[in-house]
Amino acid sequence: MPPKREPSLLRRWTAADLVMPREPIPAGLYLVLSVGCFAVLLLLWSILTYGKFIDPLFLPTPGRVFQAGVDLFVEFGFIFDILNSTYRVLLGFVIAAILGVPLGLLMGTFKMAEAVIEPIMGFIRYMPASAFIPLFILWLGIGDVQKVAIIFVGSFFQLVLMIAVVAKSVPKDMLETAYTLGAGRVQVIRKVLLPASLPGMVDTLRIIIGWAWTYIVVAELVASSSGIGYMIISAQRMLRTASIIFGILTIGVLGLLTDYGFKWLYRKLFPWVD
Amino acid sequence: MNDAAKLHIESLSKTYAGDGHVVTAIDRIDLAIQNREFATILGPSGCGKSTLLRIVAGLAKPTEGTVWLDGRAIDGPGRDRGMVFQTYTLFPWLTVRENIQFGLAVSGVDRVRQEQIAQEFVGKVGLKGFETAFPKALSGGMKQRVAIARALANNPAILLLDEPFGALDAQTRSLMQELLTQIWEELHITILFVTHDVEEAIFLSDRVFVMTARPGRIKAEIEVPLERPRSYEIKTSETFLRLKQRALALIREEAIKATQHQDTE
Repeated sequence: MPPKREPSLLRRWTAADLVMPREPIPAGLYLVLSVGCFAVLLLLWSILTYGKFIDPLFLPTPGRVFQAGVDLFVEFGFIFDILNSTYRVLLGFVIAAILGVPLGLLMGTFKMAEAVIEPIMGFIRYMPASAFIPLFILWLGIGDVQKVAIIFVGSFFQLVLMIAVVAKSVPKDMLETAYTLGAGRVQVIRKVLLPASLPGMVDTLRIIIGWAWTYIVVAELVASSSGIGYMIISAQRMLRTASIIFGILTIGVLGLLTDYGFKWLYRKLFPWVD
Repeated sequence: MNDAAKLHIESLSKTYAGDGHVVTAIDRIDLAIQNREFATILGPSGCGKSTLLRIVAGLAKPTEGTVWLDGRAIDGPGRDRGMVFQTYTLFPWLTVRENIQFGLAVSGVDRVRQEQIAQEFVGKVGLKGFETAFPKALSGGMKQRVAIARALANNPAILLLDEPFGALDAQTRSLMQELLTQIWEELHITILFVTHDVEEAIFLSDRVFVMTARPGRIKAEIEVPLERPRSYEIKTSETFLRLKQRALALIREEAIKATQHQDTE
C-alpha cells in the first residue's frame, strides 16, 4: 500500500506543492476553497443587489429570496410542489432504470443485443426530451403521466447506452479466469459480470437522476398545475423574481442531496472498490 | 508420439486474418509434457507463446491441430486447466478467501469443504491473516499469490501460468519464483509456464522449450538437470549459468529476428 500522507499540520506545504498537477492539498484548505467559492458568489450577489447596482425586478437581494422562500412554504404550500416534483422524478427515473438497466446489460454483454439495440438508442437519444412535450400532451394529456413520460424519455435512452458501456468495461481477463475456474456461461454472467458492473451501474444511476431533475422543470413549465416548475412559471407571470430564484435554488439543493445520497450508498455498498 | 504424456500438443497452428494478409501466430507445434513435470515455454515477445497457452486453456481455438489432456481432446475451457494471467484478475468484490473459493463454489462443493480448502491454500501461498482482505488492499505480488492459490484450490490436472510475474518488480518476482518452486515441490502437479525471462525459465523448470519469433515454432528443448529443492542460490551455480548462456543465445537470435521483422513491416 502507498504510504499515507502525513497529517497536514505536520507537513510543510510550499506554494509550489499546492499547484502540483493532481497532487493532494491539505484537507482543510480543500474545504475552505469549496465553501469559499459559495461565499464569494453570495458576496457578489449581495454587493450587486444591496448596493442597488441591479434593478430588484431582475435580481432581488438574498434576503428577499429567503423571504420569498419562507412565504412559499408558509402561504403557498410549496412543500406539496416539491413532493409532486420529487414523485414525478422518482417515478420516471425508476421506470427508466427498471427497463434500462437490464437492456443495457444485455447490450453490453451480447453482440446480438448490441446490434439490435445500439443503433436505435443512439438515434433516439439525440432527440431532445423537451421536444416530446407537445407530442406527449397530445397522447397522454397534461397529467402526471405526461410529466413522467418526459422524465422517462430524458433518462432511458442515455441510461441504456451508459449501462452497456459499464458492462462492456468489465475486463475480459476476469471473465476468462472464471471460465478456467470451471464457471459456465450463466455463472460467468451472474457471478462475475453482474457484480463487476454494479458500482458502475450505481454511478450511472446517480448521473442519470441528476438529469431527471433538470427535465422535471421542463416538463412542468408547460401545461401544469403543480410542481416546482409550475411554481416557477406562475411566479414569472406575477413578476415574482425572488420566487423564481428560490425555485431554481431548491432544485439545485434537491439534486445535490440525491447526488450525495447516491455517493453515500456507493461507499456503503462497495467498500471493495479501489 | 508419446501417449503416456499428460499434455500432448499435436501439430498445433493458429493463424489470424490481419489487414490484407494472414498472420501465423504459431506454426505446427508438437509438444509432450509429462505428468508432474514443470515445463516452460520461453520466447521473445510476440512469438505466440501466450496464444499457445490460451489454446491449451481452451480460451482460443486452434486453426489446426489438437491438444490432448490425459488422452482427451480439449474443447473449451474447464476446471481441469487452472490458469494464472499476467494481469491482476482477482475478483475485487470478493475477499481473498472468497476468491480462492470461487472455483469450488461454481462447481457446487459444500461450503465447509470450500473453506477448508481455501484455508489450506491461503497457508501454502503465505497469506495467513489476509483471508478477509479485499484485493485492493494487496500488493501486486500478493494478488498473484491469491491467483495461484485460486487456480490450485480447484485441484487442476495442469496449471497454466502466462507470465504471472511479468508485472512485478525484480525482487518480488524473485520471491514469487521461489514460492512457486516450493509449491510445485510440495504438490508436484504438472505445470506449463510461459515467460520471456531466461533466468526465470531455467530456475523454475525441468524442461524449457525455446520458441522462435513469429511464426512461433519450437526451436530447442533444454533439459534443466538442477537438483531440487531449489533456492535462489543456484542462480549463481555453474550449471545454471551455462544453461542460462545457452538459452540466452537462442532467445537473442529470435529477439533480433523479431526486431528486424518489425522494422521491415
